[in-house]
Amino acid sequence: MQLNEMKAHELLPLLKKKEISSTEITESVFKQIDQRKRVNAYISIMKDRAFQQAKIIDKKYSQGEIKKEYIAGIPMAVKDNICIKDFPTTCGSKILNGFRPPYNGTVIEKITRHLGIIVGKTNMDEFAMGSSTETSFFGPTLNPHNLEYIPGGSSGGSAAAVADNQTILAIGSDTGGSIRQPAALCGVVGMKPTYGLVSRYGLVAFASSLDQIGTFSRDVKDSALLLNVIAGYDPNDSTSIKSETIDYTKGLEENIKNLKIGVPREYFIEGIDKRIKARVQKVISDLEKEGAVVEPVNLPHTKYAVADYYIIAPSEASSNLARYDGVKYGYRSGSSGSDKDLLSMYFNTRREGFGEEVKRRILIGTFSLSSGYYDAYYLKAMKVRTCIKNDFEKAFKKCDCLITPTSPTPAFKLGEKTEDPLKMYLSDIFTISANLAGIPGISIPCGKTDEGLPIGLQILASHFQEKKMLKLAYQAEQLLKKEM
Amino acid sequence: MEFEPVIGLEVHVQLNTETKIFCTCSTRFGSTPNTNVCPVCLGLPGVLPVLNQNVLKKAIQASLALNCHIASYSKFDRKHYYYPDLPKNYQISQYDLPIGYKGFLDIRNNDKTKRINITRVHMEEDAGKLIHSEKSSASFSYVDYNRTGVPLIEIVSEPDISSPAEAHRYLEVLKNRMRYIEVSDCNMEEGSLRCDANISIRPTGSKELGVKTEIKNMNSFKAVEKALEYEIKRQIEMLESKQKIKQETRLWDADKEVTTSMRSKEEAHDYRYFPEPDLVPIIVGPEWVKELKASLPQMPDEKFKQYIKKMGIPDENAYRLTAEKELALFFEKCAELYDNYKSLSNWIISEIVQYLNKHQKTIHDLKKLDPKSFVSLVKMVDKGEITSRVAKDVSTEVIEKGTDPEKIVKEKNLKQVSDVSAIDKMVDDVMAEEPDAVEKFKAGKEGVIGYLVGKVMQKSKGKANPKVVTELFRAKLK
Repeated sequence: MQLNEMKAHELLPLLKKKEISSTEITESVFKQIDQRKRVNAYISIMKDRAFQQAKIIDKKYSQGEIKKEYIAGIPMAVKDNICIKDFPTTCGSKILNGFRPPYNGTVIEKITRHLGIIVGKTNMDEFAMGSSTETSFFGPTLNPHNLEYIPGGSSGGSAAAVADNQTILAIGSDTGGSIRQPAALCGVVGMKPTYGLVSRYGLVAFASSLDQIGTFSRDVKDSALLLNVIAGYDPNDSTSIKSETIDYTKGLEENIKNLKIGVPREYFIEGIDKRIKARVQKVISDLEKEGAVVEPVNLPHTKYAVADYYIIAPSEASSNLARYDGVKYGYRSGSSGSDKDLLSMYFNTRREGFGEEVKRRILIGTFSLSSGYYDAYYLKAMKVRTCIKNDFEKAFKKCDCLITPTSPTPAFKLGEKTEDPLKMYLSDIFTISANLAGIPGISIPCGKTDEGLPIGLQILASHFQEKKMLKLAYQAEQLLKKEM
Repeated sequence: MEFEPVIGLEVHVQLNTETKIFCTCSTRFGSTPNTNVCPVCLGLPGVLPVLNQNVLKKAIQASLALNCHIASYSKFDRKHYYYPDLPKNYQISQYDLPIGYKGFLDIRNNDKTKRINITRVHMEEDAGKLIHSEKSSASFSYVDYNRTGVPLIEIVSEPDISSPAEAHRYLEVLKNRMRYIEVSDCNMEEGSLRCDANISIRPTGSKELGVKTEIKNMNSFKAVEKALEYEIKRQIEMLESKQKIKQETRLWDADKEVTTSMRSKEEAHDYRYFPEPDLVPIIVGPEWVKELKASLPQMPDEKFKQYIKKMGIPDENAYRLTAEKELALFFEKCAELYDNYKSLSNWIISEIVQYLNKHQKTIHDLKKLDPKSFVSLVKMVDKGEITSRVAKDVSTEVIEKGTDPEKIVKEKNLKQVSDVSAIDKMVDDVMAEEPDAVEKFKAGKEGVIGYLVGKVMQKSKGKANPKVVTELFRAKLK
C-alpha cells in the first residue's frame, strides 16, 4: 500500500516511530495529484508551502518535540471557500479572480497549529451552490470511481481528492448536504458537525445560518481525529459555542447495546433507489443484531425541507454575495472601458462574474426578501424551519441517533441534471433537514451499486452529540468491514 | 387658510467608543485614509462581525438618557443597498427590535415645556466616505473606509415637533444629554451628529397628516431650522396654488438656501431587511439596566429645575449654565464655596461663557481655572472691595491662569477707592474739563451723569467707587 492510500491514524504511529517521514507522505500525495489531474479535484495546489512545512515537521518528529500528534505531518486538502492568507480563494467563481485573503480562517489557524499540511484548495460548485461540482468556473470534478460521473457537491473536489488518494484528509463545508452527499457519492466518510461547533470565521459565506465546516476522511476514526483539531469556541465567530474540549476519538469502540436508533419513515419513500434502500436497511438490521434498539420515527415536516431550504439559503446568499461588486477585490468588468458609470460597472461585473446557478439563487433570494413578499416567503420559511427543528427534537427524545440514506440516488452522469435545477435540488433531499435544524450528520460508505458506484448511509444525532454519532458510525463501519 | 407643520427628526449620533462596532479597529477621526481598517470592517469574504460590548453599553445609556425603555430582547438586521462606501453592500442595523423604544425629551420653548416623544433608538454601523476628484472629468472616485463600522445610534422622534425653532431646541436638548452622559461629542462638523427631518403641513387644527418630505444634508442646527422654514414655505405655496406635494427625499443646499428633489418615493430603496444571521440576539437583563441607570449623571433639566427652585437662579442663567455639563459642574463647585448663587451665575456667564465664546474654546480647554480663585473674585465684587470694572479686567488672568485675584489686586493696587477725599479732586477735574456736559446736566439732562462718572472711572483706572462718584457729582451740581 502506498502512503497516500493510508489513513491518518495509521500514518501517525509510523511518523512517531520515524519509520516514515511527513515529506514522504507529502511526496506520495503530490505524485497522485500529478497523475490524476483529469479528476480536477483541485483548483490550486500549494506544493512549496507543503514541502517546507513537511520538512519542519519531520525535524520536530526527529527531535521528539511533538506531544499531541492529532494530524501532525498529515497532508490535507481544503475546499476553496476557506481563506488561507496570501493564497487564492476562488469559491469556484470567476468573480473572485485574483483575490488573495490577507488573513487565515480559524480552521486554517487550527490546522497550522496542529501541524497539518495543506496541499491545496479543492474544486467546488460556485459559492457552494450545487450538488455535482459542475457549476465551478474551473470545470467539473470527476468521480474517481467512474470518470463519466459527477462526484456530488458542492464539496466534490474534497470528496474526490480523498476517494482518489490525492490527500489523506480534507476539509469541506456543508450548507444543505455539501459534505455528506459528495462523501456518499465518492465512497468516503463526510461529517457535518453541529452548527456552532466549528468556527465559520474565514469560510466564505453562502447561507450563514446553515453553513458549517466539516471533515472528509477514509474512515470514521480519521474524521474524529480531524474534528478534534477544528472544533471549539472562537471569539471571532459569535455563533460558535463555548463548550468543554472533547476527544472525539475516545469511545468509538464502545458497544452499542441498547443504543436507540430511529428510522424516519419519510426517508424511505417512493423514488429512492432500491439498491440504496436495501443496503441501508441491511446495515440497520445488522446493528439491531448487535444489540441496538431500532424503532420507526416520524419527521412529518420533512416534505417541506427542500422548499424551505430554497427560500432561506438563497435569501441569505443574495445578501452575502452582495459584496462582490467589482469595487474592492476580485473581478471587475470594463477593462476595455465599456462601463460608462458606476451602475453599469456593477451590472457588468456581476453579469460576467457570476455563473447561472448563482444568479438564479440571487434572484430567488432577492425576491423572497423583497418588501411585500417577505412575510409570505422568508418569514414563512423561518417558521417552517422551526417545525422541522421541532420534529427532530421530538425524535431525539425517543432515540439517540437516526439512520437514513445520504442521497436518494448514487452518482449521476455529468450533464445529466444541469438543465433541470429542480431535479438537481432533490439530490439533497435527505441532507438538507440537518442544516435547517443545526444538528450533526455523517455519511459513511455502505457498499456499492452493481455499476460500482458508492452508496452512502447517513447518521444524524442531536445538537452536540457528535460523540454518540461517531460511535454508531464507527460500529456500522466495523460491521461493513466484516461483511466485505 | 392657516397651516401648521408636523416635524419628526431622525438623528444619528456617533458613539465615542475606542474601537469600532464589530471589530477592533480604531474609531479615530482624521487618520490617513484606509488605515483604520481590517478584514472585518472591510467586509472581506469569510469575515464575521462580533459586537463590541461597549457599544451596547453606551447605546443603553443613551436610550436611558432619552427616557426610553430598554428591550430585553433585541437583534441586528441587514439593510441592503448598493453603494461603494458600504463594503458589504448591506449595513448591519436594527430593524423591528431596536435596543431602546418609547422614550421622550422635554424641551422648553417660549417658557413652555413640551414633550417630544421618541419612537426608538437603534444601533448600527457607519459607512465609509467617497472622495471625489476635484476634476469633474475624472472617471473614478476614491473611497476611504476608516469610518466604516464606527458605531452609531439612530434616534427617531415621533412627529411631535411643530416649528423649526422647536426642532432646534430638541436637537440642543438631545445633544446636551448625549454630552452629559459622555457617549458622544455630538459634533456636527465632524459628523458625530447628523440629522434628517421629515416634514409635512396640514390645516391648523386638523388631525390628519399631510404628504411628507424627508430633508437631508443639513450640517448645523441652524441649517436644520432654515431648511425646515424653507420647506414649510414651499409646501404651503404648493398647497395654496393647488399643487400636490410629492412624497420624496430632498436635499438642503446651504449656499442657495433651498431644498431640491433627490429621489421620489418610487425610486426609494427596498432595503430587504432580514435578521443578521452572523450575530446572536441581544439579551439585556434587568440588573444591568438598573446598574446603568444608577450610573447616569444628573440630567440637565433636573439640574435646571434644581438651580431655579432650590438656588433661586434666573431661568436664563440656569439654562445657560446647564447647557454644558462641565460648566454646570464648575458652577456647582463654586456654589459649595459661596452661597450667593445668583451673583455666581451672573459672573460665570458674563465672564467665563463670554470668554469661551470669544476664544471659541470649551471649558475643557481651561485647565487652570480654579473654583476657589473665581469665587474669591466674585466675593470681592460683592463686598465692594473692587469695582465690576476691575473685576472684568482681572477675570481673564483668573480664568486663564487660575491666579488668586486678591494677589493681582494687591500687586496692581486695584482696590476700590471709596474715600471721598481721594475722589473729590478727580470729580473737580472732570467738571473743569467737561463744561458742556455740566451745562447739559444743569439744564435737566439727567442721563449725562453716566458720561461724567465714566470719565472719573477712567481717571481712577476703574478703582473709584462709582456710587461715591455719582453722589459727589449730584452734590456739587445741585
